[in-house]
Amino acid sequence: MGELPWWSVLLLPVLLGAATWAVLAGDAVLRARAAGGPGGAALVAPAREVARLLAGQRRTTVAADRVLGGTGAALLPVAALLAAAVLPMGERPVADLSAGVVWFNAMEVLAWAAVWMVGWGSNSALGLVGGYRFVAQGLAYELPHMFAITTAALGAESLRLTAIVDAQRDLWFVVVMPVAFAVYLLSAAAMAFWGPFDAPVARDVAGGAAAELSGVDRLAFVGGRWLLLVVAAAMAVPLFLGGGAGPLLPAWGWAVVKTAAVLALLVWLRHRFPTVRMDRYVELAWVVLIPLTIVQALVVALIVLGGA
Amino acid sequence: MTLELFLLLAAGLFAIGLYGALSQQSIVMLMMGLELMLNGVIVAAAAFWYFVAPGGTDGQVLVVVVITAMAVEMAVGFAVVTALYRARQVDMTDDAADLKG
Amino acid sequence: MEIVLFWVLAVAAVVFGFLVFRLNSMAQVTFALLASFLAVAGLVLLLGLGYLGAVIVLMMVIEMVVMAIFMIMYMMNPAGLMPMAMYHNKAGSMAISVGTFVVLAAGILLVDWPGRRGTPPPDPTVALGEALMGGQMLTMMTLGVVLFATIVATVVLATDRGRYDRLGDDLRARRADDPAGGGVGR
Repeated sequence: MGELPWWSVLLLPVLLGAATWAVLAGDAVLRARAAGGPGGAALVAPAREVARLLAGQRRTTVAADRVLGGTGAALLPVAALLAAAVLPMGERPVADLSAGVVWFNAMEVLAWAAVWMVGWGSNSALGLVGGYRFVAQGLAYELPHMFAITTAALGAESLRLTAIVDAQRDLWFVVVMPVAFAVYLLSAAAMAFWGPFDAPVARDVAGGAAAELSGVDRLAFVGGRWLLLVVAAAMAVPLFLGGGAGPLLPAWGWAVVKTAAVLALLVWLRHRFPTVRMDRYVELAWVVLIPLTIVQALVVALIVLGGA
Repeated sequence: MTLELFLLLAAGLFAIGLYGALSQQSIVMLMMGLELMLNGVIVAAAAFWYFVAPGGTDGQVLVVVVITAMAVEMAVGFAVVTALYRARQVDMTDDAADLKG
Repeated sequence: MEIVLFWVLAVAAVVFGFLVFRLNSMAQVTFALLASFLAVAGLVLLLGLGYLGAVIVLMMVIEMVVMAIFMIMYMMNPAGLMPMAMYHNKAGSMAISVGTFVVLAAGILLVDWPGRRGTPPPDPTVALGEALMGGQMLTMMTLGVVLFATIVATVVLATDRGRYDRLGDDLRARRADDPAGGGVGR
């Protein structure tokens, strides 16, 4: 299969940025419609927001920890881009690592450090509450997420993402392991603190971890969050939905269509469900989701050993 | 990039960790020193795998064991600090010297 | 290229490791330790162990974030707003650690290390997996049992409420008496 040429490293942020822009526009239109107004004008909302944040002044608070706060805000988009390095864009990724699934997991866990550092950096109580909420959320979603992606790697008997796409030639993994796919969707929302899992930046803590951010820091943090959501949704395609397989379009075309479908589902999830409290979700994740994913992994292991 | 350079780096990390483990008053900082020591051991084990016996897997298994030991040490260490704090409201090594002869 | 990368990562590991005991802010100390670990993971990746390097990054990031929470909980000076030094026996421990380094370095430079036997397999991860499930199965079982014992020991040490506090003296209460209820309601 091979990898993309070296200049695709520069293409990756551009492509992901375009996808992020599209999701932002879609989400803004949905929000404008829910508020009762026409949806069309909200399509340029991302451009207005980016311009506002770029021109805004960077506020600092008293005794702020600027080293950690700045590092955290910059780390979030960098982590998302590094996680996307193993994402097959159609057929080939930028870097076809032999332990691609573990690399993806390691890079998206950097978001834990990033959000906590941002919450800590501004020396504000509500910011710290947001950071701690994200760590609690991380501890809740991480184990079911790891078991879900391990099940996908188990089905293909390889940690390499192109091998996982190849193993779905005959049958998509979403049919073989539906529980793992559902758990992965939930954890994709949780890792980008999106939708029902946006307690770390919720309104009841005045913006939580992002409470005291402004200007370029805020742009990096919020942009990084959307980027991480896009990358997590795009990773569901090679892991569970067959990669670029499909009749008419080329491989990258189908990858874009499937990613757009997963993103539409996640955006709908946010507008449909209220924020979940982390103390309730933690117990559900550990007591219900972990046994379910372990049983799912056992079922897939038996299928693989049986020679399917 | 020779074996000696990697081992010197491992020895350096081990020595820094040892300094921290011996000189810190707070139990949590002491655990950070221990983590640095195990860090050095990981570098040494990986270097031995690559430069001495890359055909086998003994070096890799040693790295796995050391990583697991780090996780176990951190978990139990924090549990012990929590239990100590609940019993005595302190978290300094100097206040936990009951077994000192 | 590899040599440049080796020196950058090695110097980063040592510098950040030293900063752990020099910085004032406890949160910065934790993330300096994380930076040192990431440098070591980079060195492991440089030696060709892709899976182990990624696992080190994964585990160390999660561990250091949890350690940051414990640092803020227990340490007196979490933000480093007042400079304070919490050492005991600084001179003695410096002497011991420098002495240890000198002895180890002498050993490293004087020992006649064996030559390289064999070449790395095409996929070290597969070799590791087969070893852990085959010849090193005893190691795997020991690690599994140790991790399980750690989970049980950690929960026993860290909790101060047991089953009888939660469910009453005869363990028959319908709903558990928790300060923060969970989602499943057990």
